[in-house]
Amino acid sequence: MHLKPVPDPEPPAISGREPSIAELERYATILRIACVRMLAVAKSGHLDSSLSAADIVAALYYKELRHDPSNPDWPERDRFVLCKGHAAPIQYAALAEHGYFPREELMGLRKIGKQLQGHPDMTRTPGVEVSTGSLGQGLSMCVGICLALRLDGLDDTAQVFGVLSDGDCQEGETWEGAAAAAHYKVPNLTAIVDYNHLQTDGTTEEVMDTGDVRAKFEAFGWDAIEIDGHDMEEITEALARSRTLRKPAAIVCQTKKGRGVSFMEGRFGFHGKPPSPEQAEQALEELEARLKEQEERLGRTSEISDDDERE
Amino acid sequence: MPEAKTEPIATRQAYGDALVDLGEAHEDVVALDADLAVSTQSIKFGKKFPERFFNCGAAEANMMSMSCGLAATGKVPYASTFAVFATGRAYDQIRLGIAHNELKARICASHGGVSLGEDGASHQMIEDIALMRVMPKMQVVVPADYNQAYRAVIESYERFEGPMYLRFGRPATPAVYEEIPDTLGDGVDILREGRDISIFACGHMVWRALEAAETLAREDGVEAEVVNVAIIKPLASEAVIESLAKTGVGVTAEEHRVVGGLADAIREAAAEQHPVPIFALGMGDRFGESGTAEACMEYFGLTAAGIAEQAREALLKKPIVSHPPIHGGEWG
Repeated sequence: MHLKPVPDPEPPAISGREPSIAELERYATILRIACVRMLAVAKSGHLDSSLSAADIVAALYYKELRHDPSNPDWPERDRFVLCKGHAAPIQYAALAEHGYFPREELMGLRKIGKQLQGHPDMTRTPGVEVSTGSLGQGLSMCVGICLALRLDGLDDTAQVFGVLSDGDCQEGETWEGAAAAAHYKVPNLTAIVDYNHLQTDGTTEEVMDTGDVRAKFEAFGWDAIEIDGHDMEEITEALARSRTLRKPAAIVCQTKKGRGVSFMEGRFGFHGKPPSPEQAEQALEELEARLKEQEERLGRTSEISDDDERE
Repeated sequence: MPEAKTEPIATRQAYGDALVDLGEAHEDVVALDADLAVSTQSIKFGKKFPERFFNCGAAEANMMSMSCGLAATGKVPYASTFAVFATGRAYDQIRLGIAHNELKARICASHGGVSLGEDGASHQMIEDIALMRVMPKMQVVVPADYNQAYRAVIESYERFEGPMYLRFGRPATPAVYEEIPDTLGDGVDILREGRDISIFACGHMVWRALEAAETLAREDGVEAEVVNVAIIKPLASEAVIESLAKTGVGVTAEEHRVVGGLADAIREAAAEQHPVPIFALGMGDRFGESGTAEACMEYFGLTAAGIAEQAREALLKKPIVSHPPIHGGEWG
């Protein structure tokens, strides 16, 4: 099987310099590669659901989130909640890249006795705030976290970012949580909907059309915008903007399931299906080629900026 | 701490009173309700500590997941509503968010059983103890009267960690304890000693069990041991077996289905360690019906007379020789 080691990314910016859009795009590719490798070894899991969220998760972990991998319980930290818990591999990849646990753990995904469960488990994995995996519960959990932060006087400091799926938006509880967030005027909640339009039984339009999700959040009293969930510039701007708002903010991200892997992207039939060895190989070839391109571009960009600095 | 109550009063009143006392003593105590704060009595906490009280409206699933978020962020949430909604509607939310994570969150259900009365089958929850008992890590507490309920709520913060389900009742119920007890102990409390039969009861059936024991002594010359089982899970099985070893036969009494609840907890312990006949009084394979609290209890035979009758039946099956207990198993 074609399982090259994941190229080491640069350590996350610790102070001062923020990663550029191009750098964030490169990180997203690194996370995608890790997901393919994990799923190929696990022979189980949700690859396409992880890939659709890769750009969002990269923007969060490498730029927007205030977190400290050496102190996962830092009280003032921002919270990341993967409401769509089945996309756990993308969060695990980001956590491992940041040193929450050794990268080798990634290859233990979904294996008996190992740390990385099929869905995020707060009792076993550092960096997981709450256990998720039952759709609909995550947003309500986020509201509870926001209220606890308010009681601790931290709601101006710590932002809570929940990443939802379109399946989450089909669950009634999500709208109970949306109502509660608006009712209690939580100022530090960002709900990011990874709206990839595909679910287990077909397209969301066929299975259960969720309609205009952005308009729904707005009707519930939220600030709500819609963006391209694969445009790093739009994602980072929307995340940063949501932190400045004094009300709960929804960012509906139009995404493609399986993004970054040509034969999977936007195609029905891959939900919950691990890639075959051949599929994994093809996916890795495509992603690694993309990574190479991104690094070449970045190399040139870096040279130019270095030159600029010298001048 | 309030005065001990000697007059009949509902256990849910103790919940309201104890919650306020906990709120005064501990800043991390928060309370949630689902538009039943007056019924559950969480309103008392809500009035005193409005910033720490979150009414979730008629949205129980959201309330339980919010409790998970609060507990994961260092608070100790007390979430109350009727037993039917607390357990049935929000099972999955309690299961993943609270029990699986072993969070210190308290699901405080009022109006358990058929004594909820007039609202009828839709609201009369007779499966909650079973649902919470099968859930891994969940502790299940059913206090017998106001005085014990007060202590149970206080100790749910001060003595117990991990997830807990507490069941309270709607109607005023006579005092079983003269004072507010110092502790729940292991949750198995012998209220009346006897050598002939063990009557295990919980909640509203405990005072009825004491009455049944009086009847049996007076009319049948039978000395019944009355055991209040307030902590159904984890069950202090040694205390249960000790009583059964002495008497050789048992009866259980609960305002709940006869499967999954107290009866099965006792029978599971006995089956391995000291198998003797154990008869169960409770709700059969049926739902409740509308009526006043007392009419419902009468209609379904959940009375002192019903317990005495079960005891007489059980005594007919009592083995002539009772065997010594075999210790060594564990029940949880």
